[in-house]
Amino acid sequence: MPVLPTPRGPLSATVLTALRGAPGSLPAGTDVPTPGDALADDDLHLALYACYELHYRGFDGVDERWEWDPGLVALRATLEAVFEHGLHAALDGWTPPAADDTTMDLALRAIADADDSPSLSRHLERHGTLEEFKQVVIHRSAYQLKEADPHSWAIPRLAGGPKAALIEIQADEYGGGDPARMHARLFADTMEELGLDPAYGAYVDALPGATLATVNLMSMFGLHRRHRGAIVGHLALFEMTSSIPNRRYATALRRLGVRAPRATEFYDEHVTADAVHENVAAVDLAGGLVRQEPALKDDILFGARALVELEGRWATMLLEAWAAQQPTLRSTPRAEAVAA
Amino acid sequence: MSAGGARITPYRDGPLLIRGTFTLADQDGNDIAFRGQTVALCRCGRSRQKPFCDGMHKATNWRAASAAQDPHAATQDTASRFVRERDSTPG
Ligand code: FES
Ligand SMILES: [Fe+2]
Ligand SMILES: [Fe+2]
Repeated sequence: MPVLPTPRGPLSATVLTALRGAPGSLPAGTDVPTPGDALADDDLHLALYACYELHYRGFDGVDERWEWDPGLVALRATLEAVFEHGLHAALDGWTPPAADDTTMDLALRAIADADDSPSLSRHLERHGTLEEFKQVVIHRSAYQLKEADPHSWAIPRLAGGPKAALIEIQADEYGGGDPARMHARLFADTMEELGLDPAYGAYVDALPGATLATVNLMSMFGLHRRHRGAIVGHLALFEMTSSIPNRRYATALRRLGVRAPRATEFYDEHVTADAVHENVAAVDLAGGLVRQEPALKDDILFGARALVELEGRWATMLLEAWAAQQPTLRSTPRAEAVAA
Repeated sequence: MSAGGARITPYRDGPLLIRGTFTLADQDGNDIAFRGQTVALCRCGRSRQKPFCDGMHKATNWRAASAAQDPHAATQDTASRFVRERDSTPG
């Protein structure tokens, strides 16, 4: 089981200190100041990440009743409000493309096409170093070791065609029932081949707020029924922008001399799997959901646009740090061992 | 899903998805292996993993409707698309 991460400021200290004690012990009325950057703040996003992890795998030595502790849920709601406000502020001036149930694929594609953030996969394919590649794998591990789980929260909130479409995708993500083929397992295999620790949560202390925010985004969308449109849009855009980048990541690994099939399988698998998923997600899932609930159209597109926003900021952070020869991971004993 | 059969869906500007019960084999009768219950077969011609779609239809802005094409429809549209495809083909 993952160990509790180390606090990075007052909010994460409040949450993580409380989790070491008994449920019900969280002091009421924790002040949540508005951070400078609600989409990347280390303290805010570690606190939120810790709250969400209670719904996934939990932490070693933490009382499992904390998951629904009213005091913690109340604090989490305040953290989420800050995050959500930050998202809306960042997307101020953005208007969802026009669409109906038959054109959601086009609207989602328009959002993907309008993304002008730099391409991490292109950089790695052509010039990236093995050290940079390993860093990306570490950043991604916070999501990829629980790949598909945040979107699975949507399953009981959907019905009929969109639910069937989501299951069609998730069945592949979970290896069609074969634990060795689960995408999270394939990612762990890649980590092992690269000499990284594949244990769930092993690198959380090394991940900056901008990375944790990409995971918190899907947890927030997934855990709230009112965000069911957003989590669907998030998944659709994820799948629609996956095949080609994953081919580039696989090419990068081979160029860097990492040729073991076990190292590249995660990326190779996604090239063809997501060529299926993108259509199912955009047309059958997103379009199907709009057919059932037309009012969710803008929520779906917001979820997609929010993904593009956070992924773009994350990729920019990495590329700028590398260009300036700066670290992209927070320094922890574990991160330093990787860099060495 | 139609009982016992395969259902083939051309997705707009993308591959053919095949669901249900089917086999995939080359012209010599050798099975073509695939994972999962659904396969996406390339219909744009640009995939580097034929017969499967690998997403390249997007990089080349390939266009095709999901519904059947009308052979009597105007050709003007096709001509202008051809130009656009060439413009957008990445180097
Ligand atoms: S249809 Fe997707 S690569 Fe050809
Ligand atoms: Fe996957
Ligand atoms: Fe996928």
